[in-house]
Amino acid sequence: MIPGAFTYHRPSSVAEAVGLLADLGEDARPLAGGHSLIPMMKLRLATPGHLVDLAGLKDLKGVATDGGDVVIGAMTTQHELIGNETLAAKVPLLREVSLQIADPQVRYLGTLGGNVANGDPGNDMPAVMMCLGASYEVAGKGGKRRIAAREFYQGAYFTALEPGEIVTAIRIPAPPAGHGYAYEKLKRKVGDYATAAAAVVLTMSGGRVATCSIGLTNVAETPLWAEEAAKVVNGTGLDAVTVKKAATAAEAICSPASDRRGTPQYRTKMAGVMLTRALARAKSRAR
Amino acid sequence: MAKSQIALTVNGKSVEALVEPRTLLIHFLREQLNLTGPHVGCETSHCGACTVDLDGRSVKSCTMFAVQANGADIRTIEGMAAADGSLHVLQEAFREMHGLQCGFCTPGMILRAYRLLQENPKPTEDEIRMGISGNLCRCTGYQNIVKAIQYAAAKLAGVPFQEAAE
Repeated sequence: MIPGAFTYHRPSSVAEAVGLLADLGEDARPLAGGHSLIPMMKLRLATPGHLVDLAGLKDLKGVATDGGDVVIGAMTTQHELIGNETLAAKVPLLREVSLQIADPQVRYLGTLGGNVANGDPGNDMPAVMMCLGASYEVAGKGGKRRIAAREFYQGAYFTALEPGEIVTAIRIPAPPAGHGYAYEKLKRKVGDYATAAAAVVLTMSGGRVATCSIGLTNVAETPLWAEEAAKVVNGTGLDAVTVKKAATAAEAICSPASDRRGTPQYRTKMAGVMLTRALARAKSRAR
Repeated sequence: MAKSQIALTVNGKSVEALVEPRTLLIHFLREQLNLTGPHVGCETSHCGACTVDLDGRSVKSCTMFAVQANGADIRTIEGMAAADGSLHVLQEAFREMHGLQCGFCTPGMILRAYRLLQENPKPTEDEIRMGISGNLCRCTGYQNIVKAIQYAAAKLAGVPFQEAAE
């Protein structure tokens, strides 16, 4: 499989990159880790005339803290997320998620920015970022702006990014110390996209849920923020009846496609099962 | 389409070449450098037969353009044995533990195992299995590949290799 011909550009600054993308127009695509785009190009499902490689933008790498936020450069790879000490201390959920993405080779190159910006409902990080209340720092020729993850996803491969804009960083408000977290992903094998997956971040106080946020992966055209399901568990001790109600509330917002991973009914049911497991594990980790 | 000039290090040797931007790294290695150890298996980023070591990372060379490897330091299976032909401990391990049958996945398996042991010299069996989860073998059922990596880890650590009880 040989991709279509294209012109390769390797800018060395964000300004140069967004300038190129703006000037080259719709025929240009940014290239991050390449593990979604290059397979699409090999299948000729994508035939960009220009690739703007973001690998030379050194300031898009790394993890920093800014007040109560953790700010992750968009070109930081999943492999780097797994080994990062700041994230291990402040947002351990990201390590758990990263280890469930694809396989080791893909994680060495696959980036957080590519994962969140691609708009593929099968990607794991978007629902996690909705769960965490993250926002994306975006740059275009016209300037910079910030978009909440919960407002970013509009449809399969459709996002709030305007043509020529790139995600430069992911800003995550660090959950409170002692929070519980879990990402439960049902997949057929290593490297598969989720049949259904659920991300949970919660805090407990006196045996009851003080705050809770839930994200769901690959059970609709976009990642989902399950606001109702989280409301159901708030203030409860996560007894069996409450958890069942929460699972039902989560299933109510799912509308997965039928594919080789299962029927819509099965995948919807599995979203409820993944949420049930994620709530239990998040609770067991909360202090 | 204009070709791009790239300069990189492959198996310790400096290489300069002209490549079309769309040339995948695996095709560059096999067809321009005649390094046919890295294999084209699935061509869809799943099987890992094309795995090479690139700047301290295991990379599927079918999912990277050669131009992206400009400036990189790459190692393939051809660069594992010593100059006198003596095998790398991982190659010896795969031979001793019968870690292959048809051998098609072996170059990718060995390069992946090489990086895994660099990062984690004493992996558990579970860590080995997860560590090679991006490499498919359709012959062995993985048992002897895992043993081979355990053998290599033991030998590198200077301790005797003991097979786990079945």
